[in-house]
Amino acid sequence: MPAEAPDRAPPSLVGRALKEALVTGFLAFALFLPLVGFVSVQSMTNTLLLEARWESLFSVVALIAIARFLYVLAGPWLERRRARAKPSAPASNLRKVFSKFFTPFALGFAVVYPIFVLAFTGINPGALKWIDNFGIQILIYVMLGWGLNIVVGLAGLLDLGYVAFYAVGAYSYALLSKEFGMSFWMLLPLSGILASFWGVLLGFPVLRLRGDYLAIVTLAFGEIIRLVLINWVSLTNGYAGISGIPRPTFFGIPFNASDEGFAAIFGLEFSPLYRTIFLYYLILALALFTAFITIRLRRMPVGRAWEALREDEIACRSLGINTTNTKLTAFAMGAMLAGFAGSFFSARQGFISPESFTFIESATILSIVVLGGMGSQIGVAIAAILLVGGTEIMRELDFLKQIFGNDFEPIRYRMLLFGAAMVLIMIWKPRGLISTREPSIFLEERKAIPADLLKEGRG
Amino acid sequence: MTEPLLSVRGVETYYGRIPALKGVDIDVHEGEIVALIGANGAGKSTLMMTICGNPRAREGSITFDGQNITQLPTHEIAALKIAQSPEGRRIFARMTVLENLQMGSIVAPPEHFAADLERVLTLFPRLRERLEQRGGTLSGGEQQMLSIARALMSRPRLLLLDEPSLGLAPLVAKQIFDAIRDLNKSEGLTVFLVEQNAFHALKLAHRGYVMVNGLITLSGTGASLLARPEVKAAYLEGGRQQATP
Repeated sequence: MPAEAPDRAPPSLVGRALKEALVTGFLAFALFLPLVGFVSVQSMTNTLLLEARWESLFSVVALIAIARFLYVLAGPWLERRRARAKPSAPASNLRKVFSKFFTPFALGFAVVYPIFVLAFTGINPGALKWIDNFGIQILIYVMLGWGLNIVVGLAGLLDLGYVAFYAVGAYSYALLSKEFGMSFWMLLPLSGILASFWGVLLGFPVLRLRGDYLAIVTLAFGEIIRLVLINWVSLTNGYAGISGIPRPTFFGIPFNASDEGFAAIFGLEFSPLYRTIFLYYLILALALFTAFITIRLRRMPVGRAWEALREDEIACRSLGINTTNTKLTAFAMGAMLAGFAGSFFSARQGFISPESFTFIESATILSIVVLGGMGSQIGVAIAAILLVGGTEIMRELDFLKQIFGNDFEPIRYRMLLFGAAMVLIMIWKPRGLISTREPSIFLEERKAIPADLLKEGRG
Repeated sequence: MTEPLLSVRGVETYYGRIPALKGVDIDVHEGEIVALIGANGAGKSTLMMTICGNPRAREGSITFDGQNITQLPTHEIAALKIAQSPEGRRIFARMTVLENLQMGSIVAPPEHFAADLERVLTLFPRLRERLEQRGGTLSGGEQQMLSIARALMSRPRLLLLDEPSLGLAPLVAKQIFDAIRDLNKSEGLTVFLVEQNAFHALKLAHRGYVMVNGLITLSGTGASLLARPEVKAAYLEGGRQQATP
């Protein structure tokens, strides 16, 4: 067939880019007008006033339009690059090397991180921010992510109320240590046990539920716990929260300025840094413990049963798996780890209130698991660093004030960027950052280390 | 005659208020292959599921090896070595073939794993090539083989097969039927299978039952059922062309 000439010559690339940039700019204007363009401020008479922020709105819209313009311009170049990149396979070799050394490297980095920070800032409170806000904060979420990963990633039970168990752990530690003076090391396992008790309690009524229905019930459970914490004032002090929670000690040595304090005994000058560093290694150890038991459990019958349960419940039952017990152990195990994290959280903060255990926390932890790739340990850790570290980094971006004006506070856009990041990752990697699943048994290994496999009941 | 291994007596099963089985009697003796044939919606799969305890029979009793299993939960029935290859295969898609087989051996003593694995891989050599592959990436026939192999990993005394030839090319279906026949001959494995493919099922089976609307209407040896005009008329329209394989 003779090629029919197009009626018109195709518009030039620059023209097309301009047009698309205009359309995008208009859409961005419509979208960001209520989001960025107006801000509500409280006046002296306690009424809300609407204030326009045209500079900020203009900056955002211009930024988006320019980005679209450049993207369209770069289109043909990107296309060519994609076409070139496809047949080249050797890149996977690099990836193999990378994935082989990534875990030990990441672990090593996590271990030396405080020293690394100190080397940069010197021993002064300036280091506190980096170890506390970044190190400890991220590691708490890594641990929570790994804990929830057992429930959601392995057992496939969508839990939207995970923060409830975190809260149980935190309040267990706070109340028991304040009322009975029990030590952190005694309460850490106890909080875990109490939280896992609540996990089983939640597990029983929802045994028959799956997917969406389970998600709704767990969501409600998370809210119930929070509302109880708010309203049971005689026990929990309601909204005001519990303050003056005893801090953890270094095997009996408190971190304070007294003569019996950590600094005095070890002949160091007193600094709040030591406690922070100690807390950092504590949460690192707890997080690694979580990772370790997850890895171990995956190779044990109960872990395999969790994964099989996620795949097909009916097949599981017909193969002789007690699905009731399997689900309950998944809930209990996940809740126990959240309880550990919770008791650490309350020991670190010294103050807890129901504000710390809102639904948004559950959502954050769940996003970490989903974005990381369900069931993948490293993926979850990376997602925690991105999401939690990302929001912390936003507090540091002072240079943005020069672009968007002085009243621009990047942290206000946390949720917006959070959502955008999620949409992008879900488009780019729909199954999470790391979606490959390591098989828990191999054929070759049987010949290599039979003794190890015997323990796992493989013969 | 000896006591049957599996005996179903007057079983009635309901989905809500709708009866699916209206008093079914079936016997399966040790070492037999028994086929259950019938049209779509006759209740064949329901009977299979009822034997496994999900859904539960509302009336009647199911006895396995002298023990009443009517009210037992599914996983305890499986622990009695009744293995099932369920309808739709239901393999664990994201787990490897080896892991799938490992899940099958849960109720078997762990020291038998290597021997059992060897046994099913000899029976289905295709699976050996695919051991490290994810279950979901197998072809339909391979998935069916995996489903049966997984059921066999528990060293079952009774193997329940729900539509093993569903959606398979005739050649693959024949491979699977041959494997079932081999197992029965060499190891005396007792098999109860539900099939749409009446011709092949009745040729394979020692005895057969025909189910219509939740009731058993005919029973007899496989060959005698094949010869009955009403069976031929109802189920073997397509089968007649294959009569000389």
